[in-house]
Amino acid sequence: MSNLTVDIPRPPFNTFTLPLMAVFAGCFGFVVGNVFAQPLAGFLAGAVIGAGIAFLAHAMPDSRRNVRLGLIAAFGLIGLVLVGPGALVAGLLIGAVLSWAAYWLDSGRYRSTVPIYYTAGQTLWHNTFLFICGLVFFFLIAPLLPVMWLSFNAENFFTFTPEMLNFQPEGYSLKHYRDFFSGGGHPLQGLIYGTVIGAVFGGLIQLLPNAERGLSRIAVYGIIGALLGIVVGKMWGVSSAEWMTPLKNSLIIAPFATFISVSLGTLAAIGLSQSHVPGRQAIMAILISPMIVPLIISATGMFFFYAPLGNWLEANLGLNQAFVGYVKVILAHAALGVPFVIITVTATLVGFDKSLTRAAANMGADPVTTFFRVQMPLILPGVISGGLFAFITSFDEVVVVLFVGSAQQQTLPWQMFTGLREQISPTILAAATILVTISICLLTTVELLRRRSERLRGMSPG
Amino acid sequence: MSNVTDAAAGTSTPASGEDSAEAAKAGSGPVLAADGRPLKQTLRRTLRREKMRALALIAPLLLFVVITFIVPILSMLFRSVENQIVQNTMPGTVQAIQSWDEQGTEPPGEEVFVRLYFDLFKASEAKRHTQVGNRLNYEQPGLSSMFRGTGRDLDDMGEEFQDVFEEIDPAFEEAAFWYELLSGEGGEALLEERRELLAAMNKEEMDGDVGFVPSAQMADILPWTTMAYTDFAIWTAIEDQDVVSGEEPWEAVYAGLGQDLRNPGTVAAIEDYSGPWSTTLRAAAENRDQLPQQGFREMFVASDEDWDSVDAWRTIALYSPPITAGYFLNSVDMTKTVDGIESRPETQQIYLTLFQRTLIMSLIITGSCILLGYPVAWLLANLPLRTANVLMILVLLPFWTSLLVRTSAWKVLLQQQGVINEILVWLGFVDDANRLVLMNNATGTIIAMTHILLPFMILPLYSVMKTIPPSYLRAAKSLGATNWTAFWRVYFPQSVPGIGAGSILVFILAIGYYITPEIVGGTSGVFISNRIAYHISSSLNWGLAAALGSILLIVVLALYWLYDRIVGIDNVKLGG
Repeated sequence: MSNLTVDIPRPPFNTFTLPLMAVFAGCFGFVVGNVFAQPLAGFLAGAVIGAGIAFLAHAMPDSRRNVRLGLIAAFGLIGLVLVGPGALVAGLLIGAVLSWAAYWLDSGRYRSTVPIYYTAGQTLWHNTFLFICGLVFFFLIAPLLPVMWLSFNAENFFTFTPEMLNFQPEGYSLKHYRDFFSGGGHPLQGLIYGTVIGAVFGGLIQLLPNAERGLSRIAVYGIIGALLGIVVGKMWGVSSAEWMTPLKNSLIIAPFATFISVSLGTLAAIGLSQSHVPGRQAIMAILISPMIVPLIISATGMFFFYAPLGNWLEANLGLNQAFVGYVKVILAHAALGVPFVIITVTATLVGFDKSLTRAAANMGADPVTTFFRVQMPLILPGVISGGLFAFITSFDEVVVVLFVGSAQQQTLPWQMFTGLREQISPTILAAATILVTISICLLTTVELLRRRSERLRGMSPG
Repeated sequence: MSNVTDAAAGTSTPASGEDSAEAAKAGSGPVLAADGRPLKQTLRRTLRREKMRALALIAPLLLFVVITFIVPILSMLFRSVENQIVQNTMPGTVQAIQSWDEQGTEPPGEEVFVRLYFDLFKASEAKRHTQVGNRLNYEQPGLSSMFRGTGRDLDDMGEEFQDVFEEIDPAFEEAAFWYELLSGEGGEALLEERRELLAAMNKEEMDGDVGFVPSAQMADILPWTTMAYTDFAIWTAIEDQDVVSGEEPWEAVYAGLGQDLRNPGTVAAIEDYSGPWSTTLRAAAENRDQLPQQGFREMFVASDEDWDSVDAWRTIALYSPPITAGYFLNSVDMTKTVDGIESRPETQQIYLTLFQRTLIMSLIITGSCILLGYPVAWLLANLPLRTANVLMILVLLPFWTSLLVRTSAWKVLLQQQGVINEILVWLGFVDDANRLVLMNNATGTIIAMTHILLPFMILPLYSVMKTIPPSYLRAAKSLGATNWTAFWRVYFPQSVPGIGAGSILVFILAIGYYITPEIVGGTSGVFISNRIAYHISSSLNWGLAAALGSILLIVVLALYWLYDRIVGIDNVKLGG
């Protein structure tokens, strides 16, 4: 099938490409004309330009690349001359879209994604459908872009300044990032200590029997140590900084909560995946419920329960108030993270071949060895992605920490929430950009793990 | 254990244990396992051990979730009906008011007010009278200030008696006089009873040595005085950590003596009394005409005339039981009256509107998620895997991005000076003077929440559509169906489970959302959850917050059950 190629005929120029391009470019012209309060003139000018591009594309089908580059540059130049540097980008974009559309229509490539027998109407619908899907993807991703752009604002505004739109350097600055990271800490020492500890650890691992050997292994441990070291060093000794303290709290609470949900959750998922579990449905329902019950209800319930519990702990066990506060938030977040671990780990265990554990037992391995040497490596991707889900749940959670925690446990989302609700500081946007970067990293990790897991289980070519 | 199973598998499968037993009966005795025991027994034991092992693995997490999550939820349910504060703070009044006719037009008589005085006096010493005032204020506005105002006058009421007594005999000023007069033997039961009531009011144990035991004789002669003094003694010794005999008593003790002397029987008993300080006591009894003649009811009404209002007393009487449906009634804009349950006046109805708005807006959000999510899920399910995986990242990225980030993104986009308005104004489609109001109303909430919840619709839809073979559509078309018929009659029905799963998931999530409506919803775009948060953190009406939360919880649990029936809890998938 893939070796067969169908020659797509070029559509008629005068009755198809030319009028369509004129209308398409006319629409752009209408919008641009509207800026100067001349929509009709804009439409006509656009139509003429569109017709011209159509002619170009039709006349030079083979030098597509050069014609497109030329058109893009020309439109950019028009924008730059007519309005200013801000319109340069708009001009480049319009040029790219128009020239792409002209070639797309003229070469007949708009039919390349549909079967050859499709009628014109069906082809139109198919392409409209793709366009709608494109709009939905735009709707999903586009809102995040202005946030990132605005986080480099030189002013303390939530809105674009003329300097920013004209791409003048004085309109941009890193001051919000500086605000975000201000508050002391020792990232450099952290980096050095982290690298050394990581490398030494990597070296010690080499001494173990069965360890994978090589200098690159030590380097990997060193890099991991360095990354952790920077974070820990940056947080070391930070107190009452506007953004670093909440970040520090988030970084204290989330790992502990994740550890609790992952360790208990993995055991329970293994238990649940056995063939004879009495009351499996009911147990599952209870374990998944923290995900289903709306956060506001969980938070309300926890508020009523944890406040007296905390008082009791402080009064009867003589524990320090801040410590009790952290314990309360960590327990609450661990409960919220449990369903994610259960779901991902049970999903991984579905594809787990039980005869492997039997084979291990047959060869004389005790259950603990079997678990750590046979089962764990195979379900590890599921466990890690469950852990990441639990981590992000805790790291991103506001409502419960707002109700259960005290000001000492203020986390990063909490600080963002109060910031958004009360005082509008663009530092929030810097924080948001950093969080988006982190979530891109986490997403990549989870995707890689998922594919690795599928490859391990031979489920998909991935 | 696995050895046994394997050995068993040689002769029989575990599931057919019954058959093997029957076979054994017909044949030559029971089938034996490798270790010589009957196979059936061994199998059963193995199965039991397997079950126990599975449960042992699950138990720690189950216990953890029950303690850290289920118990808090149950405590919320309990909070929504709990109403012990009235009874704990005003036990005497609650008891006395039982005999009052709620339907009548007269406020309760003097006896209830006497009880009220002593209840409120000790409550105001513990600073608890404002709490009960606040509690009753939820049901009838104005009661809070009534309790607080009267709380300040309680000392003055007692002092009116105190001044007269001290004029009659300076001994009344002395702490030792009161201690010697009232302490004695036989009053242990009274002491314990008062101790329990104080502990209930103060919500903490009042254990410890009081250093005072009321005399049974005085409790007979001067019941109010002894009671008030016992309260004072317990409070002084345990809460204030002072020596009872060295402290001047509460004003309530003088008021108690005044109240006792109004009883002719008490006066007669004092005549016969011959214990310590009998002369002083007799002098007080003889000069009782000099005492204030006002009843406690008059004193309360003088402090705040609302004490004379039947409505206030009806509220107190209606909300005196330890369990109340009042919070639930409040959350559906109803109220309890003496004539039964009635709806609140139109102007005070907010919760039904809020519930309705929450439901309607959640439905709109679910609907727009279906509209936007269906085409995308279809595209992802029908593209080659490699392309689909790349496009999937565009769906997963918002899913993984912090909720706060996405909400702040929408704030940046939607506000009056925001990106969307700026672009529209710049393009000349919107006049600078009438920018679109996209935020702080329902529009803002719906747009932002559709964006936030869209991945939760796309992912289940995608996983269902993945399982629909594309050949069905082709078959339908080759049999002569038009595009629309093929889609509507063949493809769509098969994708309905996905729509169901996604809709319920999105709806459940939407109905309990708090953060996004709070930031972009203004006042007309907020949900019931924002009201719950308001009651928890601002108005401190926790009972009402718990009742609203319980109603929401019931709705969600019903949907959860439905979800379980349609999709199955096990089939929830994350990230494709």
